[in-house]
Amino acid sequence: MDILVILLLLIGLLFFLGGAVGIIRMPDFYSRLHPAGKLDTLGILAMVMGLALYNLHHFSLESLLLSIKMFLIVFFVFLASPTATHSIVDAGMRAGLRHWTKKKRKV
Amino acid sequence: MNIFFLSVALGLCFLMLFSMYRTLFGPTVLDRLIGVNAIGSKTVILLLLIGFLYERIDMFVDIALAYAFLNFIAVLAASRYFHKRKGLYEESFMD
Amino acid sequence: MTVSSNGIAKNDGKPTSTFFKSFFSFLITFILMFLSWLVLSGKFEPLLLWLGGISSFLVAYYFYDLLFPALETGYVKIFFRFVQYCPWLIWEIIKANFHLLYLSFHPRMKELIDPHIITFKSNLKSDIAITTLANSITLTPGTITVTADSDGVFKVHAIDRESAEALPGIMLEKVARIFGEEI
Repeated sequence: MDILVILLLLIGLLFFLGGAVGIIRMPDFYSRLHPAGKLDTLGILAMVMGLALYNLHHFSLESLLLSIKMFLIVFFVFLASPTATHSIVDAGMRAGLRHWTKKKRKV
Repeated sequence: MNIFFLSVALGLCFLMLFSMYRTLFGPTVLDRLIGVNAIGSKTVILLLLIGFLYERIDMFVDIALAYAFLNFIAVLAASRYFHKRKGLYEESFMD
Repeated sequence: MTVSSNGIAKNDGKPTSTFFKSFFSFLITFILMFLSWLVLSGKFEPLLLWLGGISSFLVAYYFYDLLFPALETGYVKIFFRFVQYCPWLIWEIIKANFHLLYLSFHPRMKELIDPHIITFKSNLKSDIAITTLANSITLTPGTITVTADSDGVFKVHAIDRESAEALPGIMLEKVARIFGEEI
């Protein structure tokens, strides 16, 4: 059981690391949104799964309710994260940002 | 297990520094907004871990839920506010 | 009775059926509110249960037409088909996340990515179908919905050619099958 918790937490940490590195390395505002909005979402899912599993060690009604509450956070993040991403993209489009493309030197 | 949770929390804080770079030096305002969003989604997990460390998870899970709501609303309001501001975005590329 | 914008509400003729529809949407809103009260409070003392019942009754009485504007029996089917859709979506998210993880750790990343915007048209009519498709596209990494209007025209920003090819194929089919619309 503990091994599964550790594994899930490490997977979540890996996703968060990918998100952070992607935010720094991507060349453009639009492509920075890809790791920021979505690797973080899956990282939250994995880590909350691990923590809820750890919470269920001493099984009782209260710990079950706490785990349900944690999954309520995940449910809300899965609803809210695409909306926030879409809102940022919309602000960028309306401000007239062009997106980065590969430079094709045809000259 | 507490030691493992503490090291995971420290790793999350270290990753927050990565996102903090984008928040501080982002070329445009919206890049900073992305950094703030990423830091907020890590803070939710950090609050849960703090709750396990202090053994008050029943209290900290409510705080984490409220923080997730606040993070979402803050990003939504800020991106609505910076809707039509041309001229803020001169250099958006990083070659 | 509120007429929803997606045109589901058709027979407003009889007052009795209108009453029953509002009553059922009131009942479902009440049950949802009370369940979320139970989960969030976590205490089962009689006083707190009464307070939760009263407040969720007030919320459901005033706002019953916000969540389910026109309740029909089709909603139950839609709900079950949506539950069946969820595991496929989560599997798809996980698969594509690993692709994005590989991409962001790759040393020569700028040769791999090729950001571009694609536009496609779908025949989805109802608002909730368009919202579900837009959120599913955004949740699947590699693609972000830029605009989605009520005519069913989607503009999607894709990060490389590989993740752009998957659109608008099987996901559009599945979403259209959930809400019972033609593609």
